[in-house]
Amino acid sequence: MAIDYLPLLILIILAMGFAAIAMGLPAVLGPKLPNKQKYEPYESGIIPFADARRRFPVQYYLVAMLFVVFDIEVIFLYPWAVILNRLGLFALVEMAIFLLILLVGYVYCWKRGALDWGGQVRPGDDVVESQVVESQVEEE
Amino acid sequence: MNIAALTANLHVILPEMVLAAFALLVILADMLRQDEEESRLLPLLTLAGILAAMAATAWIWNRPVASYQEGAIADGFALGARTVILVAAGLATLLSMGYLPRINRQMGEYYALVLLATLGMTMMASATDLIVLFLALEIFSLALYILSGYYRKNPRSTEASMKYFLLGAFASSFFVYGAALLYGAAGTTQLREIGNLLASDHGNPNLLWPGIALLLVGFGFKVSLVPFHMWTPDVYQGAPTPVTAFMSAGTKTAAFAAFVRVLMEALPAQQIQWGWALAVLAVLTMTVGNLTALRQLSLKRMLAYSSVANAGYILVALVPGTAQGSKAALFYLLTYAFMNVGALAVVITLEKIDELDALQNRAAGLADRWPLLALAMSIFMLSLSGIPPLAGFFGKFFVFQAAVEGGWTWLAVVGVLNSAISAYYYLRVMVAMYFHEAEEPVQPRRWGGLSLSLALTALATVIIGLYPSLWTGFLSGLGG
Repeated sequence: MAIDYLPLLILIILAMGFAAIAMGLPAVLGPKLPNKQKYEPYESGIIPFADARRRFPVQYYLVAMLFVVFDIEVIFLYPWAVILNRLGLFALVEMAIFLLILLVGYVYCWKRGALDWGGQVRPGDDVVESQVVESQVEEE
Repeated sequence: MNIAALTANLHVILPEMVLAAFALLVILADMLRQDEEESRLLPLLTLAGILAAMAATAWIWNRPVASYQEGAIADGFALGARTVILVAAGLATLLSMGYLPRINRQMGEYYALVLLATLGMTMMASATDLIVLFLALEIFSLALYILSGYYRKNPRSTEASMKYFLLGAFASSFFVYGAALLYGAAGTTQLREIGNLLASDHGNPNLLWPGIALLLVGFGFKVSLVPFHMWTPDVYQGAPTPVTAFMSAGTKTAAFAAFVRVLMEALPAQQIQWGWALAVLAVLTMTVGNLTALRQLSLKRMLAYSSVANAGYILVALVPGTAQGSKAALFYLLTYAFMNVGALAVVITLEKIDELDALQNRAAGLADRWPLLALAMSIFMLSLSGIPPLAGFFGKFFVFQAAVEGGWTWLAVVGVLNSAISAYYYLRVMVAMYFHEAEEPVQPRRWGGLSLSLALTALATVIIGLYPSLWTGFLSGLGG
């Protein structure tokens, strides 16, 4: 039983050894010529202009989540399209149902204003922030 | 790929497909409606969906037992549990009709979530594969997390949602870890094959026993067994009351049905061990639930602890691991769905909307001015305390009978003693209704759906009690 995992142990040792050598040798042997660019978080790319821990508009997360949903849809569609010939009508109907379900979700997001980037109040969203805070304080 | 295999026995999941279609329809109808008035049609559409799913379930009943993709099965037990869940969902929809407009104007999501939660529950009741089981569990849990926080302006409702979500997610991870370990021990996720394998070869005990224990924790949370019951009173109290009614009957039925199936199909060979574990849990659950319920002043908290205690009674039926026990559990769940939803419907008529709850003194003097409402509440309370000839009596009777015939007489005795304790707090509500003066004039709230569901639950509680054989006839147990 345990002997089956021996290759795994060897792999771990090799990987750690390789990492140690790859990190260690340059640290010992490499020339050190620091300059301003080297202390930037990225040597290439956009230079950061502010701290990452700041407030985002909440729509950002909604759009990000929607992106993931439709991204997955494409991932699912791709292999389906490749072998559609062999799957036939059944797969076509299946995928139509799947897309229909996502379409309903899309209509829902659109109508509810999840795609509108701005501070408007959604229908049914008549909560006043301060009231909530007050009633919480009262309960405590 | 073999297409015939994919579509074979597709009818097994017909009720789920119907529910999913109606959930989408509800969302679309809500998006396409022109004005607020038209949203009154949404609960009717929801009811139509639930009735269609019931019709589909009834249609499957006349067909031979079949399994879809080895993942879901339509045997008598699954169909019975599905019916109970659909009944609970239908009653909850009736209760939501007049309730929801007062707490939140976004109605489309609510009814769609009710349908989706129902879908998850019925799926869980018929799942025969650990993966399908987990998927179904997550479908209805996620829907219920949102539903319990549906009164967004109310901090209690938000608190209930948050607590349920955090603890529920934690319990789900216990469940899925247990499932993974069980898979590790048996090498398959199909319950029946796990059972076959573990009957001959006992699997790797280092994986098997922790797996069973973790699954037990996951189920224990969902059906609120002591000591995994801590969330129950807070969530039941904070959630909008129709959601509480749906949750208490629906989740219990779905989780117990799946629990029974896992124990009876995957782990029958280990009955000696889990039998004792369940027996200890049952004693704890009944006793703690009943003793805590004694001290509750809030009707909803009292019913929440009573729900914990009831989970204990149902667990008694599972301990012997017999077909008779599983049938008794299902019958108990049927009676519980009616009497508990009925009792919560009475709470809805009495509660103050901001508090999402009614204290016991709201029931004082109810009998003088609202005799029918008091009568209905008396029926539910007497039935919950197990007084013949109401439904609750036969529920308890069959459960304890199954325990005695399975050789667990002492457990049945503990159950009966607990039942006697519980009579105190159920009857206290009746004393308040009939013998106390009203402290403040209470104007019960009413709407058509509420009255209808009160009438249905009260009638069903009486009729099941008078003709129990009518109902036991078409419920069937699992195994042996």
